[in-house]
Amino acid sequence: MANLINKIKNSGPYKSMFRGGSTSSNLGKSLAIFNSFFLHVLPVKVHRDSVKFTATFYLGILSFALFIILVVTGILLNFYYHPSVPQAYYDMKDLTFVVSSGRFLRNLHRWAAHAMVLVVFLHMLRVFYAGAYKPPKQFNWVIGVLLFIITLFLSYTGYLLPWDQLAYWAVSVGTNMAKAMPVLGNKIRFLLLGGHEVGENALIRFYVLHIFILPLAMAVLIGIHFWRVRKDGGITPLKFKKKKQQH
Amino acid sequence: MDKKENGKKLSRSQFFLKTGMAATSITIVGGSIFALDFLSPNVLLEPSAIFKAGLLEDFAPGSVTFDAKNRVYIVRNKKGYMYALSAVCTHLGCLTRWKEEEGIISCPCHGSRFSVTGEVLRGPAPKPLPRLSIAMDNKNEIVVDKSTIVDENQILKV
Repeated sequence: MANLINKIKNSGPYKSMFRGGSTSSNLGKSLAIFNSFFLHVLPVKVHRDSVKFTATFYLGILSFALFIILVVTGILLNFYYHPSVPQAYYDMKDLTFVVSSGRFLRNLHRWAAHAMVLVVFLHMLRVFYAGAYKPPKQFNWVIGVLLFIITLFLSYTGYLLPWDQLAYWAVSVGTNMAKAMPVLGNKIRFLLLGGHEVGENALIRFYVLHIFILPLAMAVLIGIHFWRVRKDGGITPLKFKKKKQQH
Repeated sequence: MDKKENGKKLSRSQFFLKTGMAATSITIVGGSIFALDFLSPNVLLEPSAIFKAGLLEDFAPGSVTFDAKNRVYIVRNKKGYMYALSAVCTHLGCLTRWKEEEGIISCPCHGSRFSVTGEVLRGPAPKPLPRLSIAMDNKNEIVVDKSTIVDENQILKV
């Protein structure tokens, strides 16, 4: 087994795919990170304190993992979904009752979405209490706020897609809230719905936002967010003060 | 890499590496099986292969009727029998057309030509147009089953 792995690792195709190899030397370990597309966003070295569970509660990576789950389940659900009235509703019913594992995927998508809103919010709280919004990380905090807003918009646009009563009225109410905004309110609602009421145009608009524009913006900003964590000097761990011992 | 003295116990890093590899493999294999199962539709709303082509009197002797929806020719000749011919070209699946004035079936895509009995007159079609199962029910309606390809001898005498 070990021989086979070594043989593969020394083969031409493997070496053409993976730049350099890892060695046990410090330089080799660093190069393994630098030379990998997937790993290069990570710092080569991290402080022992910042990998402790209580330093971050792993909330950032949990948010990212939930995003990955949502992308994967979302792509699969998309194969059976037509964003049109009333087919969208029938597709949602088919996914629940007819398609193999469809109900499981819908539930996974739904719960991961709920969890993501919660976890992203907790991540923000954690960052706030650690004071990680302070210079030089103030811009990464701004990106984080944008990511939170995109998370909420993704959650909201996904709400309309089942095209059931809950979806319809939730979006009717939500877009009326947007209307309350001074001056621009009416225009925003009109653009969001592509009309004056929740109909075919609104469904396709929310669909395009939900499966294309918002996830793309999210992916790009996540990339910048991760990269800035490294460039701004790594994460700021939460520090818990020990209680003074009483004598 | 470094095993403990007795040579049997895994080191901590080796244990995590192997566990991680196993979990990743299970996820990839399981996920692929799961996705393939999900992507195979359980219910299809495609039209039935068995359809009613019309009443017997709709087909005059010596006529070729093109059913575009079902992609079938219903041929009633003057020798007193009927047969059904697939209208899908055997070359690459284009829909052929019956040319009344020339008395041939021709394919617009790559120029294949077939006789009214389905034989290839000109390539590139490799095979004749298949004959489909045809029958008449007790209301004098012609019923065609596209899923069953039949021999040239199996005809509907009328």
